[in-house]
Amino acid sequence: MRNWLPFEWIAAIRFLRDGWMQTIFILAGVSMGVAVIVFMSALLTGIQANFLNRVLSAQAHLVLLPPDEVARPLRAMDGVIQDAVVQRPSQRIRSIDQWQTVLRQMQAMPEVAVATPVAAGGALAVRGEASRSITLTGVEPEGYFRIVKLPETIVAGQPRLTSEDIVIGTDLAVELGVGVGDKLRVTTATGRDATLTVTGLFDLGNRGVNERSTFVALRTAQSLLGLTGGVTSLQVSLHDPYAAEIMAQLAHGMAGIRADSWIRTNIQFFTAVNAQQTSNTVIRLSVGLSVALGIASVLVVSVVQRSREIGILRAMGARRGQILRVFLIQGGVLGLLGSIIGSAAGVGALVAWHASVRQADGSALFPLMIQPQLFVVTAVVASLTGVLAAMAPALRAARLDPVVAIRG
Amino acid sequence: MADASAPASTEVLRLAGVRKSFGVGTPREVEVLHGVDLVLQRGEFCALIGPSGSGKSTMLNLIGLLDRPTAGTLFIEGQDTRTLDDAALTRLRGRNIGFVFQHHHLIGAFTAAENVMMPLLLDRRRPDAAMRRIAEGLLDRVGLLPWKDSRVGNLSGGQQQRVAIARALAMYPPLVLADEPTGNLDTKSADGVFDLLREMNQTSRTTFLIVTHDPRLAQRCDRIIEVVDGRIVADGAVPAPRRIAAS
Repeated sequence: MRNWLPFEWIAAIRFLRDGWMQTIFILAGVSMGVAVIVFMSALLTGIQANFLNRVLSAQAHLVLLPPDEVARPLRAMDGVIQDAVVQRPSQRIRSIDQWQTVLRQMQAMPEVAVATPVAAGGALAVRGEASRSITLTGVEPEGYFRIVKLPETIVAGQPRLTSEDIVIGTDLAVELGVGVGDKLRVTTATGRDATLTVTGLFDLGNRGVNERSTFVALRTAQSLLGLTGGVTSLQVSLHDPYAAEIMAQLAHGMAGIRADSWIRTNIQFFTAVNAQQTSNTVIRLSVGLSVALGIASVLVVSVVQRSREIGILRAMGARRGQILRVFLIQGGVLGLLGSIIGSAAGVGALVAWHASVRQADGSALFPLMIQPQLFVVTAVVASLTGVLAAMAPALRAARLDPVVAIRG
Repeated sequence: MADASAPASTEVLRLAGVRKSFGVGTPREVEVLHGVDLVLQRGEFCALIGPSGSGKSTMLNLIGLLDRPTAGTLFIEGQDTRTLDDAALTRLRGRNIGFVFQHHHLIGAFTAAENVMMPLLLDRRRPDAAMRRIAEGLLDRVGLLPWKDSRVGNLSGGQQQRVAIARALAMYPPLVLADEPTGNLDTKSADGVFDLLREMNQTSRTTFLIVTHDPRLAQRCDRIIEVVDGRIVADGAVPAPRRIAAS
């Protein structure tokens, strides 16, 4: 008997030890439940973070674009609209009006981490007899590469972009038979062309993107696309990616600007995440409920088994509150111990799974994200669940009539 | 027979007009104690006898503050128990009344010494060295000091009952209620346990009220109270020569 422990703790621990078989079985049950919750939570967090990281390292949080061109209906002198059907005009490549001013405004906002101009349009990459349609993206590397981590995907050469350089995808390089240092002619629909040097090859992990995407200096793209001094979009990175939608609405307020947030352009991703979270929550609640019912049922049995001892304790001067606490503590201890064992088992299973399940190239399927707060939250929630689950049996024990209990 | 006037200072227990009914307010209401008057003085060693169903156990439950009378008053150490709430009754019971049951009713999860300490632990909340000394002293008196660290499940029936007696005395209560304390033991063990109760009574001046069906043991008490059909029908001292003969 430890001197510093009050009666309730001493009795609770002794009762758990005395009924060791029941205790082991329920501890195993609680641990398994907690392990499932920890495993699923850590897995989901890792997969989401990985997905988010992939999405956000390949695109800006906010893209500011010129507004769509709209055809105005032709009106007669008396205000009557002459043409009943107005066809939507084709969208030619246009610059954002006064983009330098808009860029400065964006850069001045405290929420904005990086804002950089981009001039993009379609073109043809020609090498001898072969030609491929490409998307020509003109960027200022020092800003753009902070948003899109292109240098990290370079597999050959370097991400250098002077006005004579071009960085292309590995698949386009294969198609056209070029390598680092080779020349490539780029022509646009307006007839402008330039011969550029391939300085780097990137691999963005998607064949279509690797075949089509190319990066050049902003001035080169402006010149090829006929956008002298103009840009087709402003790419913005925010300190808080989830503020993108609010910032998009703010940007809408600026004259002549259309703003797309990454949240809107990846709406399917968010739908998938929400669905995952909902199903995960349902599973966690179900498992939690099973754990709570398990603890409650074991303690109910314990109260029945110990009713005579409870009666004797009451006869010897145990107050109702003391008896209540003895069983609440047992529930809490079962929850806490179960959460510790279960967390260790869950993390063990996660590490084993992470080590055994690999992508085709042998790399990890997702980064292993084990957050310490998950264990703290799990321990607190499991202990509280144990205490709550113990409430009904504890009340039953506290309300036992000692006369009836002793008689048995 | 006692009256309902103010209890004298040597009184440990006073029942005045105590009635007990079960199923009150229902068609099956039945009164099992019909106005019982009883006074126990400090240091008395009394036997409570009577046939099964006569109300002995009900009386013992009322005296032990495990149940409340339907009518009448019950004083423990001069304290009127009518107005006390459950917590106050529990405190009064824990500090003033020790229990010895027919089945020892020890707590199996604890050792012999810890069982003896239990009333002290319940009262003082945390264990301390003084409690241990008291428990070991009592175990020594009942001859079980070498078994102080044994789980009670490993002791014989007689030994368990001795531990239960030590436990009943842990708070040095003025009153010990024993419900057939030897009913479950063989004759030799029963005599040993009874002698122990007697010794405790004589050395600590604790009042004992012992329910027994054994006339031989009842004759060894100082006073015999007989209950029949919920009434005390006889209450008198046992002449000394009979006590000696019985023992």
